[in-house]
Amino acid sequence: MKKLINQPEHVVREMIEGFIAAYGRDYRMLENVNGVVRKEKKDKVAIVIGGGSGHEPLFIGFVGEGMADGAAMGNVFAAPPPDTVLAVTKAVDAGKGVLYLYGNYAGDVLNFDMAAELAEMEGIETRTVRITDDVASAPSDRIHDRRGIAGDVMVFKIAGAAAEAGLPLEEVERLARKANDNTRSIGIALTPGTLPGADRPTFTLPDDEIEFGMGIHGEPGIRREKLQPADRLVDHMMDLLLADLPFRAGDEVVVLINGLGSTTLMELLIVNRRVAQVLRDKGISVYDTDVGSLCTTQEMGGMSITLMRLDDELKHFYDQPAYTPYYQKRKR
Amino acid sequence: MTSSLNVEQTRDMFLYTGEQMIKSKPYLTELDSAIGDGDHGVGMEVGFANANEKLRNGTFASINDIFKTVGMTMISTMGGASGIIFGTMFAGGIKGMEPLTRLDAGSLAEIMERALAAVKERGKADVGDKTMIDAFEPAVRALKESAARSDDLLEALRRAEEEAARGAENSKGYEAKFGRAKTLGARAIGHPDAGAVSVSIIFRSMREWVERHGA
Repeated sequence: MKKLINQPEHVVREMIEGFIAAYGRDYRMLENVNGVVRKEKKDKVAIVIGGGSGHEPLFIGFVGEGMADGAAMGNVFAAPPPDTVLAVTKAVDAGKGVLYLYGNYAGDVLNFDMAAELAEMEGIETRTVRITDDVASAPSDRIHDRRGIAGDVMVFKIAGAAAEAGLPLEEVERLARKANDNTRSIGIALTPGTLPGADRPTFTLPDDEIEFGMGIHGEPGIRREKLQPADRLVDHMMDLLLADLPFRAGDEVVVLINGLGSTTLMELLIVNRRVAQVLRDKGISVYDTDVGSLCTTQEMGGMSITLMRLDDELKHFYDQPAYTPYYQKRKR
Repeated sequence: MTSSLNVEQTRDMFLYTGEQMIKSKPYLTELDSAIGDGDHGVGMEVGFANANEKLRNGTFASINDIFKTVGMTMISTMGGASGIIFGTMFAGGIKGMEPLTRLDAGSLAEIMERALAAVKERGKADVGDKTMIDAFEPAVRALKESAARSDDLLEALRRAEEEAARGAENSKGYEAKFGRAKTLGARAIGHPDAGAVSVSIIFRSMREWVERHGA
């Protein structure tokens, strides 16, 4: 796979250096570890997000006003080491406690939990909410085994607004959990992505097939199908997604149509057209929509659909302003 | 007769083991890509490359220092589940142990038995869950049996290597209970766990070094 890199082992550091070269007015990188934090430190609960690199703009791109205070980045597709998480934690802690938000993957759990133990020894209180929006990754009776994918962004948005409002740690944690409990995603893969430096993609799919529910690291999904017109694929995805929470007539939702890397905005908008039709037919109203590639897997082709069900409380925090290089919301 | 290694030899054995793990990257990547996300080989390369750099440049007073350096370097540089799990495989056993200046079958068995307990405590996996435990636990059992029989270090490592390889082979028959292969269910059957294969390469490499250079 052709990639614009120098050396595979330097991709994460060089990516961060490039990010700081662009946005260094508002962000700084930590020495010796792959972490980025806001320059402005506010007197509030701090939010630390993180996970493997290779999913940009997730996670590095969602640090900012009304979102996270710092991001701990691991190597490509690998959870950040505890030292990295701890360094970011110490850099952002303002004495009000730190909330860890990350996708529910074995490696992230092990490393963030070890970092939380180390932070506690340094007198920093941490809480953790693991994001579990991917309905394809486990059945609903094992919801705590589910992985986090593009729904991460919804949880960052709500928790970030709650922290910015000055709420205490346990309240920010409660709202993050509530956002996660009301968020569901489903994805399909069309073509694979490749790890920088790898000579082969992480999986193979026949030219005329797609995989339902494939994970953002190429983890095998729930079934393979022939490629079909976008509307029909969206209908299948929406059947699975709507049945899961379940979303019902009268519900109000935020929609995120997320590209996995190489799927074009044109395709994502075509997908969103159908998603909007399906929701309207089901009597579910759309409060806001984002269409873009926010949680990617290198040049993987495909997309995911995320819905977050709103109530008045979630809507209040959703309506607060957010500003990061790759995600912005005006106050409404 | 290879009864024990001194600190310097232990360091050289781990340097060799690290080199073998780095060389195994393409193979481990291929195994992990079949049922996981394909990052295992890269992670192990990062961890062992950093550990080897520390081993080459450091001075070590005890066997314990060597194990600790390898393990803690893996934990702090690799990330991923493998960083914690394989780091604990090396650093978890010597925690709280008296400093050793010789590594023999008995002390290796003790270190590895304690390490196995530490890994299981962290990772919560058992044999049959399609993890590195599938290879590590039988290897540790073999080390303990060898220690009880007063086998020399080479013989103990041969037995551990054999049992680890058998365990890695057995992992093909299991469904994954942890990690990213978990979602596969029965589709993971037929593929070995990449972590279990790494354990077998680690014991094989230790045996190879001792066979060639042992005391």
